[in-house]
Amino acid sequence: MTSRVGVVTFPGSLDDRDAQRAIRLAGAEPVALWHRDKDLHQVDAVVLPGGFSYGDYLRAGAISRFSPVMATIIEQAKLGMPVLGICNGFQVLTESHLLPGAMLRNNHLHFICRDQKLRVENATTAWTTDYQAGQEISVPLKNMDGRYTADARTIDELESEGRVVFRYLASGPNEVGNPNGSINDIAGITNAAGNVVGLMPHPEHAVEPLVGTGGTDGLGFFTSVLKQLVSS
Amino acid sequence: MTLDTVKNAEQTPDAAQPWAELGLKEDEYTRVREILGRRPTGAELAMYSVMWSEHCSYKSSKVHLKQFGEKAPQSDAMLVGIGENAGVVDVGQGYAVTFKVESHNHPSYIEPYQGAATGIGGIVRDILAMGARPVAVMDPLRFGASDHPDTRRVLPGIVAGIGGYGNCLGLPNIGGEVVFDPCYQGNPLVNALCVGVMKHEDIHLAKASGAGNKVILYGARTGGDGIGGVSVLASETFDDSKPTKRPAVQVGDPFQEKLLIECTLEVFREQLVLGIQDLGGAGLSCATSELASAGSGGMRIELDTVPLRDATLSPEEILMSESQERMCAIVEPDKVERFLEICEKWDVIATVIGEVTDGERLEIFWHGELVVDVPPRTVAHDGPVYQRPYARPSWQDALQADAPTASRLVRPANGEELKAALLAVAGSPNQASKAWITDQYDRFVIGNTVLATPEDSGMIRIDEETNLGVSVATDGNGRFAKLDPYTGAQLALAEAYRNVAAGGAKPLAVSDCLNFGSPEDPDVMWQFAEATRGLADACQILGTPVTGGNVSLYNQTGEVAIHPTPVVAVLGVIDDVTRRTPIGFAEEGQHLFLLGDTADELGGSAWTQVVHNHLGGLPPKVDLERERLLAEILIAASRDGMIDAAHDLSDGGLAQALVESCLRGGQGARVIVPAELDPFVFLFSESAGRAVVAVPRSEELRFTDMCGARGLPATRIGVVDGDALEVQGQFSVSLAELTEAHTGVIEALLG
Repeated sequence: MTSRVGVVTFPGSLDDRDAQRAIRLAGAEPVALWHRDKDLHQVDAVVLPGGFSYGDYLRAGAISRFSPVMATIIEQAKLGMPVLGICNGFQVLTESHLLPGAMLRNNHLHFICRDQKLRVENATTAWTTDYQAGQEISVPLKNMDGRYTADARTIDELESEGRVVFRYLASGPNEVGNPNGSINDIAGITNAAGNVVGLMPHPEHAVEPLVGTGGTDGLGFFTSVLKQLVSS
Repeated sequence: MTLDTVKNAEQTPDAAQPWAELGLKEDEYTRVREILGRRPTGAELAMYSVMWSEHCSYKSSKVHLKQFGEKAPQSDAMLVGIGENAGVVDVGQGYAVTFKVESHNHPSYIEPYQGAATGIGGIVRDILAMGARPVAVMDPLRFGASDHPDTRRVLPGIVAGIGGYGNCLGLPNIGGEVVFDPCYQGNPLVNALCVGVMKHEDIHLAKASGAGNKVILYGARTGGDGIGGVSVLASETFDDSKPTKRPAVQVGDPFQEKLLIECTLEVFREQLVLGIQDLGGAGLSCATSELASAGSGGMRIELDTVPLRDATLSPEEILMSESQERMCAIVEPDKVERFLEICEKWDVIATVIGEVTDGERLEIFWHGELVVDVPPRTVAHDGPVYQRPYARPSWQDALQADAPTASRLVRPANGEELKAALLAVAGSPNQASKAWITDQYDRFVIGNTVLATPEDSGMIRIDEETNLGVSVATDGNGRFAKLDPYTGAQLALAEAYRNVAAGGAKPLAVSDCLNFGSPEDPDVMWQFAEATRGLADACQILGTPVTGGNVSLYNQTGEVAIHPTPVVAVLGVIDDVTRRTPIGFAEEGQHLFLLGDTADELGGSAWTQVVHNHLGGLPPKVDLERERLLAEILIAASRDGMIDAAHDLSDGGLAQALVESCLRGGQGARVIVPAELDPFVFLFSESAGRAVVAVPRSEELRFTDMCGARGLPATRIGVVDGDALEVQGQFSVSLAELTEAHTGVIEALLG
């Protein structure tokens, strides 16, 4: 049986159809989930997509975390269901306290859209087993509020427990690797159990050689979770 | 204040009315009185004044725009032509594409962020109203001098507004232009283009028919923002002596617009809509009068049912408000309930505000009292038409006589000087990398972007199974148009056409945004007449009809008008996007060919601007048959895998094209100056109808045979090689040095 991976559409979600495409290309069945519907329709994993849910009004992700679907997702995530938050989805995850920390406005105060190099620091989470620790990948980055921050104790905890999953890298001598001033160049993190992962860059936009930046480095997120679901 | 009802207007024929303050001329006010057989009510006056404004009625430009219809080439691809919200083009496989470019110049100067943001919002709703899902946007921009203090106010705000709105809407921004010239100092040009895709059967039109059908207003509440935007802002020259016009600029809410898009596409999918119109310039006045006049009957509106942000708004203000993110739909009574349900699902406010009647009048009531009773056509379509006087400017001959000959402007005489000129042009704000600007726009969202800035065109995949795609390029060179508006407009079309073909797509149709100064100045009107004539003639020859667009007049401060700036967008189709041709030189060893003829044509060129701050002479000659041949060769070569890179030659000539292609692909090039050409002319001439291509060795014979058979000059000028751009016997410049010159320029000035 094909694994079912849900993609939530909040009002203002933008990359929801892109996440569905990535799931399909990885070989799973994408299932559209609606923010007002508490029912997860028997999905095995969930992606919270990028976008500007609720227009990012109040604070990115701050309103979405109170949507009916999130109550179920929070419950299931705590029971071990794989959840991936991409960009705005990462912001929803921190607002929901499924992941620690918060995102601030980029330190240069501009929206930034570019091809971003990352190092995979942890290849044991539900979403990263198809990568090698230390592997360098390129995926698009596009956001306004992407500067990860947390208090010193949380950062120490994340670092010492290997929960920093991705770090920003420079792609050449002329580029500053960290695109937004994130603490310790953090691009993505996981919870202690490794089933919930959030990152600012967009792996779902690096799944076909033709479009986006023309690479497929992001496909591994979706094949990783698929393997985990098939084996469990 | 008492309500000015129709009855009251009949009883008080001599009451003074603020027609002049609302932008109407005396004879126009008199005509309104003749049409109605009485004085208009306040609400009627408001409607006529906005709808008869230059922006809405095209009263100065109409007589010239007619040519786009009269000279339109036969095209099987046209499904909907000029006159609707946007034209619609058949791209095959049952798909139709709609696109349009529009201006939001005046609001963006007053309030850069909101002006530019709502420019995106407006063009996106136009495309949505045709029944299409918007899939991409583009922004052709013009600013004053890059080092002028006010450019620091205007540019960052405009760029942030475009990004802030477009990014939040989830539409990739795939191209456009950024041009600096002191002529735009007090009048920046903010044009916005949107492309939408639908199936043929999904085309919707703006018309109201069938008595008893309901008129539903949905989207944002109506507020006091943007009242009189089109009549006050877009139809008058800026003048220091009057109070600030900031309240006339609308404020956008992209989140609301995103909901509006999804909600509208869902009501289309369920076939709940008979006719639809977006609310843009002139708000409800425009939507109700246009829907009613395009339909079969009349319309009755209960204006007090319109949801308001500000309960104190008067009926006149509600009719004139340009609050954003609103649409108006005509829905059969038995489908209203489902329509409202879908709006509720998307948290969009929707209200039945009236119905289609079998009469011939547009009647608007305010708490039961009749405040508007007009024939809708007289508001929407029978506005004044002016035959503005025009004459070739007295200074035109002297400008054209000041040609940039070798004796007039000192030219580089040796390799070192050529290298310095190349670096100066590549590092000038107009030719430098625009990444600092375009990186503030999301170009990846929706996951179908095949080509985007800095490629020659933006290309979007529209079918994931068949790989059918469309591409769009926008171009316009105000310097060329100033030297000769007829040729300048044709060059804008030729360049956009060439850019689309260079990417591998077949050009199909045109949309234009005509940015000019005051139509009351005969010099400007001559420029406008010449440019429209040139564009219409060229469209006829190239077989690419104008499907719609926009005119922006009064782009001038005091007596000084901007350069005439016709911005031309060309839409093309490509059967298989995997065959697209990028600009970057990526494979070492590939041979470079220069296609087309190079002549000593420097008038209006980037080199004259950057090195000598000179504008004079004649622009490059246009040979449209040659453009067509070049395009056919580029498309065939792309389809059959004969070329791996192609870049059109335009601003900065071959020198600039080589710089861009080397940097884009990360490869150097060794280039030889052909024996018959002067090295300076070879590198910096801006002769039209040219491109540089990189040909894999295995394809060389096939490619040159094709060019030979078709009669297109193809000169082998070098090879992709190394990590420097070398012009043999002249100079060599490393990619690192080129990067240093070409990047970081804009942020250093404006970041």
